[in-house]
Parts: sequence; structure tokens; C-alpha cells
Amino acid sequence: MEAIYTPPIALAFLVAAALFILALRGLSNQESAKRGNLFGIVGMAIAVVATLFIPDFKIHPLVVVAIAGGAALGAFLAIRVGMTQMPELVALLHSFVGLAAVLVGFALQLAGGHADLTHKIEVYLDVIIGAITVTGSIVAFLKLRGSLSGKPLLLPARHMLNLGMLIAIVVFGVLYGKDGHTWALAAGAAVACVLGVHLVAAIGGADMPVVVSMLNSYSGWTAAAAGFMLGNDVLIVTGALVGSSGAILSYIMCRAMNRSIWNVIFGGFGAAPPKAAAGAPAQAAGEVLDIDQAGLVDKLLEAKQVVIVPGYGMAVARAQHAVRELTEILRGKDIGVRFAIHPVAGRLPGHMNVLLAEASVPYDIVLEMDEINGDLPSTDVVIVIGANDIVNPGAEDDPASPIYGMPVLQVWKSKLVVVNKRSRAAGYAGVDNPLFYKPVTRMLFGDAKGAIEKLVTELRTR
Amino acid sequence: MKLGIVKEIRPDERRVAAAPSTVGKWVKAGWEVVVEAGAGAGASFPDHLYTAAGATVLDTAAAVWSQADVVCKVRPPGERPDGTHEADSVREGQVLISFIYPAQNKALVDRLAARKATVLAMDCIPRISRAQKVDALSSMANISGYRAIVEAAQKFGSFFTGQITAAGKVAPAKVLVIGTGVAGLAALGAAKGLGAIVRAFDVRAAAADQVKSMGAEFLTVEIAESGEGQGGYAKEMSKEFIDAEMALFRKQAAEVNIVVTTALIPGKPAPKLWLKDMVEAMKPGSVVVDLAAEAGGNCDLTKPGEAVEHNGVTVIGYTDLPSRMANVSSELYGTNLWHLLDELGGVAKWKVDHGNDIVRGALVLDAGALTWPPPKPAAPPTPAVAPPPPPPVVKHEPVKGHGHGHGAAPAKPMPAAFLIGLLAVFAGAFLGMRFGMSQTDVSPSTFALVQHLTVFVLAVFVGWQVVWNVTPALHTPLMSVTNAVSGIIVIGGLLATGSGELTTSSAVAIAAVLFATINIAGGFWVTRRMLAMFRK
Repeated sequence: MEAIYTPPIALAFLVAAALFILALRGLSNQESAKRGNLFGIVGMAIAVVATLFIPDFKIHPLVVVAIAGGAALGAFLAIRVGMTQMPELVALLHSFVGLAAVLVGFALQLAGGHADLTHKIEVYLDVIIGAITVTGSIVAFLKLRGSLSGKPLLLPARHMLNLGMLIAIVVFGVLYGKDGHTWALAAGAAVACVLGVHLVAAIGGADMPVVVSMLNSYSGWTAAAAGFMLGNDVLIVTGALVGSSGAILSYIMCRAMNRSIWNVIFGGFGAAPPKAAAGAPAQAAGEVLDIDQAGLVDKLLEAKQVVIVPGYGMAVARAQHAVRELTEILRGKDIGVRFAIHPVAGRLPGHMNVLLAEASVPYDIVLEMDEINGDLPSTDVVIVIGANDIVNPGAEDDPASPIYGMPVLQVWKSKLVVVNKRSRAAGYAGVDNPLFYKPVTRMLFGDAKGAIEKLVTELRTR
Repeated sequence: MKLGIVKEIRPDERRVAAAPSTVGKWVKAGWEVVVEAGAGAGASFPDHLYTAAGATVLDTAAAVWSQADVVCKVRPPGERPDGTHEADSVREGQVLISFIYPAQNKALVDRLAARKATVLAMDCIPRISRAQKVDALSSMANISGYRAIVEAAQKFGSFFTGQITAAGKVAPAKVLVIGTGVAGLAALGAAKGLGAIVRAFDVRAAAADQVKSMGAEFLTVEIAESGEGQGGYAKEMSKEFIDAEMALFRKQAAEVNIVVTTALIPGKPAPKLWLKDMVEAMKPGSVVVDLAAEAGGNCDLTKPGEAVEHNGVTVIGYTDLPSRMANVSSELYGTNLWHLLDELGGVAKWKVDHGNDIVRGALVLDAGALTWPPPKPAAPPTPAVAPPPPPPVVKHEPVKGHGHGHGAAPAKPMPAAFLIGLLAVFAGAFLGMRFGMSQTDVSPSTFALVQHLTVFVLAVFVGWQVVWNVTPALHTPLMSVTNAVSGIIVIGGLLATGSGELTTSSAVAIAAVLFATINIAGGFWVTRRMLAMFRK
């Protein structure tokens, strides 16, 4: 198949691959990121146009329809999606990559297949990884949308089940490699589909950032496998880039939760908090004190430094615009306001940053955990909006806590912590939060959006 | 327990054993500190600062000697102007900590032994990594090295840094440092900081990297011979080596403006390295600073304690360089003392512990009994540990990353293993099945496969490097843009439709094109949308 890539076309592919690398490189900071995205678009255009110039390539009219339709659909999705729904969109797009890879594999198979064993192996791997990605991403999408419960599905003997499916995939692979029958390929793909569903269904809602990054990684490996199948280096390079990108994101997310990737994939964390051998988590004791908007405004006006810690609750309530308004008013009164973002806040890596950017919060006051933890002791007021586990002191001082060892934002070291929460329920990980009982903590109960808007109104009257 | 600080008796000694800041720490730790009036005057520490730090200022040295359990000094005890000797002020059982130089001062050691004193010599601290915080020789050498350049600059009639001015061009000064121990490196750093071109020579190979790390040029001779001696010092070299070295120095003499020599061999007179003819070969106005002056000097013309001129070249042989910066010298010496007292257990658990290698090394007399020299350490220090620590003032702070904990962090063991495992699965699946099932036909596609595998592995590494640089704030756009680029699979779909006819196969491929295009358009568009939101 390589023979069809004439030197000019191969060079065009090389340029495209280089542009993709530059696209990722651009994301190293906010200024260069837009240019990076442009590089990506140009690279893609070059790659597609170069393909069309392959000798003897004939364009079927339906191909044009497919491209036009796909572009329109993609643009429609992109324009319509709200920033709070980004995780769903990303998961859905992963499934499309997997689906495309599976379809390409079958197209090659149906076109007559290959007598050559190496090619058969490549086709098989492409289809299998693609199939796992498709169904895994669809389950993730449904979970993120809330159509499926966030609770992990824990079948009895699920590890055995996974192992059995893996063996089945290998067996069908051997059969396919021997005779090249379409049914063997289809059977392998079917098992892989079930495996994809089962793998992701077993992972709890709180671990979604890891799952989405992991599927991101899979979609890359899928593209790389397709590259092997077609002998096309630009696919291999791009797939490898995306694959490692997803792997790194998964790693960062896992580290932010102090867990290993295996623990996330096979742990079924989130259903029943593992009871540590040391005994039950220390019962948080003490009184929960609350504060109202008027009281909080008094405190805010006395403050010099305010830090806001947003969590998934802010995203759900779509409170980011109210938060931005709050920020503007306080900054207008010469009160320093900064945001502290925990790596796993939200349901997608970097989710909070995007939401705040959408609300026009300047990104230079949005800091990472490591950057701001040292400043928290000198902070006058910390406002926690819809976050729970990421500010749980139990992660630091209670070895019996299921999230013990996870790095957290040390908000309790500041002079006053105000926690906005809809109710007194535990966080996603099902862990009670001793923060609520700390003497420096005051609770501001109520829906995030309503509570913050009320706060803004109160603040305007002063 | 009472700690005493006496005023130094040598008229040219401006240092004092401890600065008020150190005294404050001692007082806090539970020591009672008595200080002789005027002890810190030469180092710009007036008495009221000591009082403020919690010490009692006593009028006479005699009062301090008679009250203190532990007396700290800088210089070895010596004869006072009135004919009495400091050693005779020492009481039985009293502890004295100062520079002693027991090898050169046998008589002094005997005199102190007669007083049944316990004596710890700051110059005998073993040169091991753990003892660096106590190592007063290093902290003083650091100051000497810095001051050597300051003294040279004073005598040198030009800029150190090159300048191009309206009135013409001035060439930068060229500085040669011979012997790059602590003092040499400090000199080198100071000269570099002033903008000079700096070269350095040392017989120890380990010095080359330290020199280069500070931006100086390391000169070498053609003969291979290791000059590593014990305790970070150099040993004496062979005749051939010295000849080659001399030839190198002669060549340098004509070029350089400033020479700083720091070569010492323990227990021997300093080697003569900068000979009379080299001084004469230097340009008039040049300066030689000989930091080995006290041990006889590295330069033929050195007069210890003085600056002499020969053919327009100044040869500086000052032996009191640390004392010329008495303020900081006293501060650092006091900190060294603080750490030594800490090793001795502090005020609460005071014990002259022979099992502590720092204490044992420094201990010259234990209640009058001679304990010097200490038993030899088991193994000679290896080159890796041996070189003296680079002086703190010139230590290079590593350039901080872009703020993120994982900016460009190098080793990521867990996922690296994960990746390698993944690669192994890929490779194993391909190769295992390939060769396991058919031994007969090795098609060209297998060779192509290996080629593609190469590209794949390299691309994984590139991706790995690039993605670690992505700022966490942009992780969501990163995901959407990688979504978009993985739509590159559209090429696969296009290729599979290539025949131009509508078959089942090409229909499936067209569907693939559709989904891939959704990804491309959706991914890039939503990334653009997000990035447009990020505003300063």
C-alpha cells in the first residue's frame, strides 16, 4: 500500500505531522494556544488534500456529501455545546474516532481483505482497540450526561469476566489471522464492544476525569493502529501524539487523586468506600456553623485577600457568571481575588479553567493547587463553591479516610472558610468532610447560583 | 551552662567568634552567653547588639575566661601585649573551641594539655559531607576567594567587564585561577560576576565540571595524571606534569591580567607555581593574588601580609582576607560554631562523644589527654565526595519552571512503565502472531511494519515531551484538539473509498469519513471557541 504515496504526498503528510506537533506545543500557554489550534487546522487540511491527490484516487460524490455533512454536524455540535457539557462532548467525539477506525478496518476487510498475515494482524488490532473505544466512550458519555447512573457496575467475578473476554478476543484473532474470515473479525469486534462497556461501567462517577483521559488515550492508539494498517505514517504519528497525551492526562488525574491507574480501572471505587483496616474513618465531631449573605459581605469587605475554590457543583448550577460578577465587584473595591483549581475539580481535566474563562474571569488570577496552597494561610476569606473532596482535611490527617493521601487544597489554614453547599450530603466519593466542623468554617447553604447571586445583590447595596 | 566569647587579641584580627544573631540562637536554646566588651567592635557588632540578643557583656577577658564553661574564639590562643598567654587563662575542665592548627603549634597544644582543658580545633573538622555545616575552613576560604578578587580589582587599573564606550573600546580583564577548591571557586564566581573572562586550572579532574558549571574555561595539560589527594586537597605531582604545567602558565602569563593562586598541600609548604619569570612576563598593571601566602605562597615574589610591586605587577600576599570582611566572616564562623555545639549535644545533652566523627575529628585534647591526630577514616574519600563544596554565594539556583509542579518534570516512572508495557503489547502481538503462525513467508510488509514501529515509538516520545509542557489550565482544550487531530483517521476512510465505485466496502468507508469529519470540525471548532474565552 505504501507505493501509492508519491514523494510529494509523503512530504505533505510529513508537514501535516509536524503541524500537529506544533498544535500541541502551542497549548503550553494561553497566548500561543490559538495559533496552535490554527496549526492543527492547517495540518489537517494539508493531509486531507494530499490524500485526494493520490494517483488513481477517485472521489465518489457520496464522499463529498459525507465530508460536508460531517463538517456541518461537527460545527453544529461545537456551537451548541455549553461549557458545562464539555465532558460529554469530548467523550462522544472519542467514540467517533473509535467508530471511524472500526469502519475503516471493516471497509478494508470487505474490499477483499489481505492474504498477508501482518496486514491481517494490523486490521484486527485496529478494529479491537477501536471497538473498545467506541462503546467505552458511549458509556462514559451516558454517565456524564446522567442518562446512566454514576454508580459503578460491579458484577460478581468481573475480573474473570474481563479475562474471559480478553481470551475470546485473542482466540478470534488467531482464527481471523488463519483464514481471514469476516465473521471472525466481527466476532472479535463484538466481544471488544462488550469489554468496552464493562470496563467503563465499572468505574464510578468521581473517576470520570480519569476515564475520559484514558479514552482519549485509547482513541489515539486506535488512530495509530489504523496507521499501521494503512502503512500511513501521519496516522501513526498523530495517533501516538494523542495516545501519549491521554496517557499523561490520566497519570496527572490519578496522581491528583493519589491512586494508581489500575486502582481506578479495576478498583470500582466510589460505591462502597473501602473500609481501611485501621478502622472506620474518624467521625467528624462538632457543630456546623452557618453564615448568611449579609454576614459574609461584612467579612468580605474587611478582607484583603479572597480565594474562591470552585468545584463540580459550580458547573452543575452554572454559577460561573455570578461568581465572575462577585469577583469584579470585589476587585473593584481593591480586594484581591484569586481562584484555586484542584487538578480533579470537575469531570474533565481543566474543566474549571474553561468554565471560568467562559465567564470572562481573567486567567492570570486562576491558579493551580501547588501555586496557591502556600498562600492560603495568609488568606482572609476562602469561598468554596460546590467542592467537597478536594478540600477535605481528612485526606491529610485521617489515615482511615478513603481519600487519605490525596493532595488537597488546604483551605482550613486560612482565616475564614465559607463553604457553599446545597445540603449536608457527602461528596461524590461518599466521604464525610471534617472541614465542615472546623472552627474556621461557616456554611452557606443553598444552590450555588442562587446563593452567589444573592451575595452579589447584597454586596451592591454596600 | 555558660558560653564565653572573648575579644581576639591579634591587632589585625577584626573577626569575633559569634555574631549577635548566633548568640541570640544560643540564648534561645538555653545557653547563658557572656561576651567580652568590645569583642565584636571590629566586625561592626557593638556591645549593645549582644545585650539585645540576650548575652551579658563583661568588662574584661579575665571575667569571661573565669566564668564560661565553653570559650569560643577564632584565632589560636596567643600571647597578649602584656606578656601573659591566653592558654594560661584556661581552667581545668574548660572547653575551648577555636582554630588551633595542632600540627604547626605543638607548643600551644602542650601548654593547653597542662591546663587539663578540652580543646576542639575548627581547622580539624573532617572533610565529610555531613560536616560541611561545621566546616569553618570552607566558609573562611569562600570569603578569602571573594575578597581576593576585590583586592585585585582595587589594584587593577581597568574594568573587569569589557565595555564599548563613545571614548573607545575596553577589553575585558582576563582572570586565571589556579587551584579551584572552595576559595578558587569563590574567586572564579566573583570575577565572573564582575564580567571578566575567567580561566581556571586544577590538577583534580573533578574540578573541571565545577569550573565549567560556573561559566569559566578549564585549562588542561597534555599529560594524564590524577591529582586527587585526601580530603579534597591535591597531592604533589610528578616532574613531567609540573613541567607541562609551567609551560602552560608561562603561555597564560602573557595573556592574563589577574592571577589568583590557591594551591595548598596539607602539611607541606605551598607549591611554587607562579615563578618570578612569569610575573615578569605579565603586562604592567597586572595583579597576582596569592591566597597561599600564609603557607609560604605559590608565587616566588609573595611577601606574606603585604602587597609588593615588581616590574609594575602587584603581588598581593595578604593573610587576613577573611578578617577584612569581618562582619560576614564572624557571622559564618558563628554559624559553624552553632552547628558544632549542636553536634556536641547542645546545652541539654552536652557530651564530648568520641563516637561522633565530627567531634572526634576536631577533638585535640580531651580533659588534657592528647587525642590528636584522630584515627584514620576507614576508606579515603572517593572523588565524588572529596571535592570541597562549591561556595554558597555562587551556587546556581536551578531555573524555576513555569510555576507548575509538573512543568517539564523529567522522570515519570509509573506511566513510562505503562507506555513501555503498551509498546511491548503492540510489538509482541504483531511479532508473536506473525512468526508464531507462519514460518514460511516473511513478506515485505513485515519490514515495513518495523519501519512504522520506529516512527510510532519516536512519535510517542515526542508526544510525551510536548504534552508535559501543556499548562493544566488548558487540559480541556488539549483534549478537544487531540479529538480533532485524531480525526486524521479520515485519511483511512478516504483511502478505502479510493476505487470511486459504490460497494459495501466503500459505503462503510464513507460512513467512516462522515464520523471522522464530525470529529475534525467539532474538535477544532470547540477548541477555538474555548481558547477565545481565555483572557487576561
